[in-house]
Amino acid sequence: MSVSAPAAAPHAAAIGTVLYVDGVSVSFDGFRALNNLSLILAPGEMRAVIGPNGAGKTTMMDVITGRTRPDTGRVVFGATTDLTKLDEPAIAALGIGRKFQKPTVFEPLDVWTNLLLALAGDRRPRFTLRARETAEERARIEAILATIRLTDHRHRRAADLSHGQKQWLEIGMLLAQEPQLLLVDEPVAGMTDAETEQTAELLRTINETRSVVVVEHDMAFVRALGVRVTVLHEGSVLSEGSIDHVSEDPKVIEVYLGR
Amino acid sequence: MKTTLSTPLTLILVLGGAALMAALNLATPAGSAMHVPDYAIQLAGKYLCYAMLALAVDLVWGFAGILSLGHAAFFALGGYAMGMYLMREIGARGVYGNAILPDFMVFLGWNHLPWYWYGFNWLGFAVLMALLVPGVLAWIFGWLAFRSRVSGVYLSIITQALTYALLLAFFRNEMGFGGNNGLTDFKDIAGFPLQSAATHCGLLVISAVVLCGQFLLARALVASRFGKVLVAVRDAESRTRFLGYRPESYKLFVFVASAVMAGIGGALYVPQIGIINPSEFSPSNSIEAVIWVAVGGRGTLSGAILGAVLVNLGKTWLTGALPELWLFGLGALFIFVTLFLPKGIVGTLAQWPRRKRSAEAETETSRPAPLSETSP
Repeated sequence: MSVSAPAAAPHAAAIGTVLYVDGVSVSFDGFRALNNLSLILAPGEMRAVIGPNGAGKTTMMDVITGRTRPDTGRVVFGATTDLTKLDEPAIAALGIGRKFQKPTVFEPLDVWTNLLLALAGDRRPRFTLRARETAEERARIEAILATIRLTDHRHRRAADLSHGQKQWLEIGMLLAQEPQLLLVDEPVAGMTDAETEQTAELLRTINETRSVVVVEHDMAFVRALGVRVTVLHEGSVLSEGSIDHVSEDPKVIEVYLGR
Repeated sequence: MKTTLSTPLTLILVLGGAALMAALNLATPAGSAMHVPDYAIQLAGKYLCYAMLALAVDLVWGFAGILSLGHAAFFALGGYAMGMYLMREIGARGVYGNAILPDFMVFLGWNHLPWYWYGFNWLGFAVLMALLVPGVLAWIFGWLAFRSRVSGVYLSIITQALTYALLLAFFRNEMGFGGNNGLTDFKDIAGFPLQSAATHCGLLVISAVVLCGQFLLARALVASRFGKVLVAVRDAESRTRFLGYRPESYKLFVFVASAVMAGIGGALYVPQIGIINPSEFSPSNSIEAVIWVAVGGRGTLSGAILGAVLVNLGKTWLTGALPELWLFGLGALFIFVTLFLPKGIVGTLAQWPRRKRSAEAETETSRPAPLSETSP
């Protein structure tokens, strides 16, 4: 996938950012899901995005990953590429990974094959028709298995994993993709306390080498992550700052935390 | 996936069965208890061609989740390509004795051969067309449908529309394919008379070899990394897209490959049956093919072959014994399979050892896996 970098000038404001969301609006049948949303993510940053239901968190993910085209505004990745003109596979190939709210893995395939299919590489049928597993691929899968704590489960079908294990497998698949930016939608929903703690640790490890955006409802988890927080409300940014800063913001208390 | 017995068993049954039937037909006298009658040879050849159609349906439905309810159209197109060759092969032996024009064209008062009949005097050209025409049609159809992300029941409905449109088109005399009578009265194929039992035995063995070739090719396809992506697309299409795959190109590839397989089946079907007419495009034919696959076991490949043979054996018997009951029987069979054998015959049989294995594995989870099993 060759994506020609457009002239730097139109994205001058985006220099030095990994993600630059600028005045994005999206309407569905008159309902404004995103309303002039702007957000800047620095390279290597982890950001938590919170907000009540309908605040536009998932729509924001959809716009960044190419599932939804915004009515206005632009989304610049790596200061050079306008994502609003690309589709999902092209954006994925650029290095943006996305984890769904509900764990989405390839259930009939085993853990190993799930990771194999996710490994960065040629995605065209003419390659996969002849592809043979290489020693390098095996080493990469082994490393990821260790990171996501599924080494002993490599031969199990993904369908047979526990809920938490599926979430980790999906995160592992995103790692296999070797993205620069990871979008993670409610990673700890339905997890036990121990799993939640391990997930926070996992995300911090990932963040050592990649930028991460986490959408989450679980305030204890967001606090445990200890990162900058963006609060969305009715499709735009209501407040931004540390978890302590936003939880003391009267606007935030009124629309979200106070309820 | 573990290798099972199904692959060698399928090959042995198809090749061995066809060879044995042909040998018993040719080597024993008509009165002998061991003799296989000529009609049984023709029936077996027909079943194997249907099995190719079933295999094609299973490839797209079982592994890519594309429920094509118009696959018999590709089968029929392959059949028409072969039928056109067989018509030209008749030459001056037709009722009107015209060396160039098939009888139906003389009857319609045409005085020259339409351009699209050129080249069909060569068997090689006809075989090429039996591959190309279904392939190209599937490519155009698939490119439009998959790129627009048409899937599920909507896709099934437009595949029905496709085969129905072709049915109506081929009924028209002006199309130049013999109208509702179709193409028939064939005399020989590549010089071998179609009235002789030996020719039919030869066609049966060729059908068995081709079916096994298609089966092995399909096996290799689904076992490859391509095949794994296909299953991934079937079960979690948007996940594959966010991983950077383009599901439409995977679906298109397998749809075209499957259409070509069905076309080959049709091309082998016509010389053994002796006729091709527009009713082969009828939507119910495509639906029947889906039932064969469901009975044998969706997504098992060998089950598609088994299902096609078993259901058609039943059809041959029932349409002979109680013709008015056949459609009820087919409907009842489909309901029975859906309710009690959702994985089909082969799928259900394959489940037994696996269930046993996973029960054993359950008790061993506490132990670390032995080293030999760590690299698949």
